[in-house]
Amino acid sequence: MLDLSLLPDGGVSWLDASGEHASIVLSTRIRLARNLEGFAFPGRARDGERLRVLARINEAVSESPPLHGNVLVRVDELAGEERLLLHERHLVSRELAGLDPQHPVRSGAAVYLGDGTGVLINEEDHLRLQALRSGFGVAEAYATVDAMDQDLGRRVPFAFHPEFGFLTSCPTNTGTGMRASVLIHLPGLVLTKEIGKTLSGLQQMGLTYRGLYGEGSEVVGNFFQISNQTTLGRSEQDIIEQLTYVLRTVISREEDARRVLLRDAPYIIEDKLWRAYGTLRYARSLTFEEAMNYLSGVRLAVGLKLISGLSVYTLNKLLIFSQAAHLAQAEGKALTESEANLARARYVRQLLADEAGTHG
Amino acid sequence: MLCDGCKERDSVITLTRSDAQGVTELHLCERCAAERGIETQLATPKPALTDFILAVQKQLPASATDSGRCSFCSSTLRDFKTTGRLGCAYCYGAFESSLRDLLRRVHGASRHQGKSYRPPQPHVEEGATMLAELRDRLRRAVEQEQFEEAARLRDQIKVLE
Repeated sequence: MLDLSLLPDGGVSWLDASGEHASIVLSTRIRLARNLEGFAFPGRARDGERLRVLARINEAVSESPPLHGNVLVRVDELAGEERLLLHERHLVSRELAGLDPQHPVRSGAAVYLGDGTGVLINEEDHLRLQALRSGFGVAEAYATVDAMDQDLGRRVPFAFHPEFGFLTSCPTNTGTGMRASVLIHLPGLVLTKEIGKTLSGLQQMGLTYRGLYGEGSEVVGNFFQISNQTTLGRSEQDIIEQLTYVLRTVISREEDARRVLLRDAPYIIEDKLWRAYGTLRYARSLTFEEAMNYLSGVRLAVGLKLISGLSVYTLNKLLIFSQAAHLAQAEGKALTESEANLARARYVRQLLADEAGTHG
Repeated sequence: MLCDGCKERDSVITLTRSDAQGVTELHLCERCAAERGIETQLATPKPALTDFILAVQKQLPASATDSGRCSFCSSTLRDFKTTGRLGCAYCYGAFESSLRDLLRRVHGASRHQGKSYRPPQPHVEEGATMLAELRDRLRRAVEQEQFEEAARLRDQIKVLE
């Protein structure tokens, strides 16, 4: 079984809650889409061609100082459970992991994993360079991914057009090839029913939102991924500055909404959040959606300082390690849905009991 | 169906109310629903790619100046309309004017403003790799009796040689 603890950062550095606004913003991710000149895009390429792309990239990465120490994972050689594990850990996309039955994993699908960085190979594009950070840090994440891009671009020729910029498989990524996204927890805006206004405001500012797992995924547990919608006609710097500016506004609105909740309905809110905690602490069976929703409540309670002695790091860990493939790995066997629900409740109880004692 | 609120946009949600006067239905667009405090989009954000493909199918005109088939990967505009994805970087040249229009619609611009890039000078062996790739394609095209494709590939190989 794939051992993610062997990765340079254990595969979890973005969970450590060390970044700015970490109780509201879980993580910041920036990815750049790049393709190699002279090869068809992965969706069109034949098996041999994708393997040659992988070989070219391997050669470049092995000589690249910003990617020194990265670990290569051949996604195409992993079992389905292992690929799901990487996806649950937010290290590879659904497409690269080949999780849709209609689109099985492609030969040559691979990922280089580093300390908060990833190089996805043979996904929709030949290369997806990404940087993932704890908390809110768009400019910092860009600096990391830009260094990878500058260096690799000197070693392999990227497909670039003077008018259209970096060429990508899907024209929605053409130009900068950049998607900067922030995973943010907005229970205050949801509970005060301000969220609709906020989201439509985002769209007017050229931003878009998705669920926890990117494109097409549902919003669960009040977690939203907010990112730039367009990639062409604006510089990377412009996109970053605008996203940062808008997100600062969203964060401050969320903080205002939380203050309003506490001011106008302190007992109702307090009761609701403690009930969420109580359920997680003692339930014997939890579906993933249930766990996510109660975790959202507990996260809000910690943010409001109603519950103390429970770290944001633990909450982040609960979010990731209570997913199906992670539970199966911990239990050392494949689990049916009801077994997974039991294992999930057991895991959540254990982690919360370990942290309890300092509050009540 | 048009929104009962603004009478301008398409409705996305139907509210059914039953009271003493009987059952009434109200069809609302996203914006009018939001004004009444009803969330229509929270649980399922729009699947961007599906929307994008629909937009492609609706909007992409076959431009007279574009060639029918990309000479490098042999994708057609029809392939692109079906999948929403291009076959290779050379497709941008083959379908340039259709794509310029599409990029304008999708991004509101068609000119890259981000960082500039100059690829490293190709080594001799890179040219050789590409030649090998094309010869491989040629062999397959002949095997599969795709003679038009084979002729195109032969021309490309000549240029590189």
